[in-house]
Amino acid sequence: MTAPGPLHVRGEVLATKTVGAYQHLSLVLPEVGERSRPGSFLAVSVGDGHLARRAFWIHRVGPMGGHRAVVEVVVEPRGPGSRALAALPVGSSLDVTGPLGRPFALPREPARCLLVGQGYAAASLTTLAERLRERGCTVRLVLGGADDAHVLEPLESRRSVGRIEVVLGDLAPAVVDALTDVDVVYVAASTQVQGAVAAAVSGADVTCQVALERALTCATGLCRGCPVPVLDDAGETHVVRACVDGPVFRAERVDWEALA
Amino acid sequence: MTDVRDWPFRNPVLTASGCGGSGRDLAAYGDLSTLGGFVTRSVTLQPRPGGAEPRIVESPSGLVNAIGLQNPGVAGFLDDELAPLVELGATVVVSIAGHSLGEYAELTRTLGRSPGIAALEVNLSAPDPLGSGLFDAREPFQAAGVIGSCRRDLRDGVLLLAKLRNDVTRVAEIARAVAEAGADAVVVGNAVPAALPDGRPGGLSGPAIRPQVLRCVAEVVRALPDTPVIGCGGIMDAEDARAHLAAGASAVQVGTALFHDPTTAFRIAEQLGTELDPPAREDER
Repeated sequence: MTAPGPLHVRGEVLATKTVGAYQHLSLVLPEVGERSRPGSFLAVSVGDGHLARRAFWIHRVGPMGGHRAVVEVVVEPRGPGSRALAALPVGSSLDVTGPLGRPFALPREPARCLLVGQGYAAASLTTLAERLRERGCTVRLVLGGADDAHVLEPLESRRSVGRIEVVLGDLAPAVVDALTDVDVVYVAASTQVQGAVAAAVSGADVTCQVALERALTCATGLCRGCPVPVLDDAGETHVVRACVDGPVFRAERVDWEALA
Repeated sequence: MTDVRDWPFRNPVLTASGCGGSGRDLAAYGDLSTLGGFVTRSVTLQPRPGGAEPRIVESPSGLVNAIGLQNPGVAGFLDDELAPLVELGATVVVSIAGHSLGEYAELTRTLGRSPGIAALEVNLSAPDPLGSGLFDAREPFQAAGVIGSCRRDLRDGVLLLAKLRNDVTRVAEIARAVAEAGADAVVVGNAVPAALPDGRPGGLSGPAIRPQVLRCVAEVVRALPDTPVIGCGGIMDAEDARAHLAAGASAVQVGTALFHDPTTAFRIAEQLGTELDPPAREDER
């Protein structure tokens, strides 16, 4: 066994606030925050006839209201499940599984890191940026969104980031332009942006990790509803699961053509 | 082995095929040895990569799935998945699906001689059997043909289960045919033929089909009082499981509920385990 695995717990909403287009929920989840790593996510059971889980990147973990490791997630209300979660008042209880997924890998030596976050997916990069700074890495952050309301908290991000750039609209060309003086790229964005960055770094001496966001049903590796085609060393394609075999993949392993 | 007291299942709560991952994933949330049994996803002779996305879409109180029988093939299953299940303490039931009678026989021979397998569950109820390239077992004589092929090649000591579709007009008739062909018990039912929003064939599972499956269980119990029945369809909690047992089922399988809460089967097994030990319909009469 490596890191302790996920837990299924009954949690409680400790705080909720609207920031731009998103709702930030602070959740008391016994032991889940302690086990979380950069790139981990949660799956929430919505109930009320909704059987599929709703998955959210873990944005932050920290002390709050006398609790040691409160977990903050960023919810974009866009379907019945996420709207119901975004509307939960403080004190509501909910069933949550987490932390889930393979996290981001950190460089062994101090490296020049570029982090790309689009919309709420940028939440997956917050604790990553902190860990990278602790390891002596330089961190540049490119945040994307359709408009200001969909860019995740650029001001708060400055604490752990050296340089920050906000791109409204088409993110992929801006990221490709930013790929200079970089050793490692982490991309939490649409599959299209991730594929474009993967293509741009292909063959270059740059490591690229992507946090894939696919439609998940169980989020725990049981249902096989989130197939990701990956290439092995021999170039053969295998179908793995985004939720437990990812969501973080090395970009060169993903068969981007088949995924699209 | 139709006497349920001889069954290898230590309690009446099993997982449903295709809903427990490879077993290792589910074991993160509970001890597999506390379940009556772990039913694998359907294993085919050759590996199958599975179908296109979306593979699963939510519908009211249900899921429509079209996974396309993704599995590593029988050799891959034996190499990579069986040993961990046994090590985890699971009572292993291997679901099988084939495109010919010969393939069913070969799967039975290959799996039947592997130690660590308590039962085979023959999947006669895939929601899109022909589109999935499976043998057409929709008619009773065809279903009986499959079970007969498996029975001939199965060694003693391995239970043979037939998983039937929950078609209330046919289920008792098909159950009779497979019981006569040598099935030790029948599993009633499976995801109901449905369509994804884009029109592709899929199967509807979850609480949406629960009352319909319960009716099918009752029909089979009434028609074949001596054939043990395992109920499967939309069971979300101990109360749902008790309804199946009250209708005459000897055991239940928990499937879609695991996607919503991976601890469900463990919880139901614990709750029922204290009420029923052993899970014997005989004892209740």
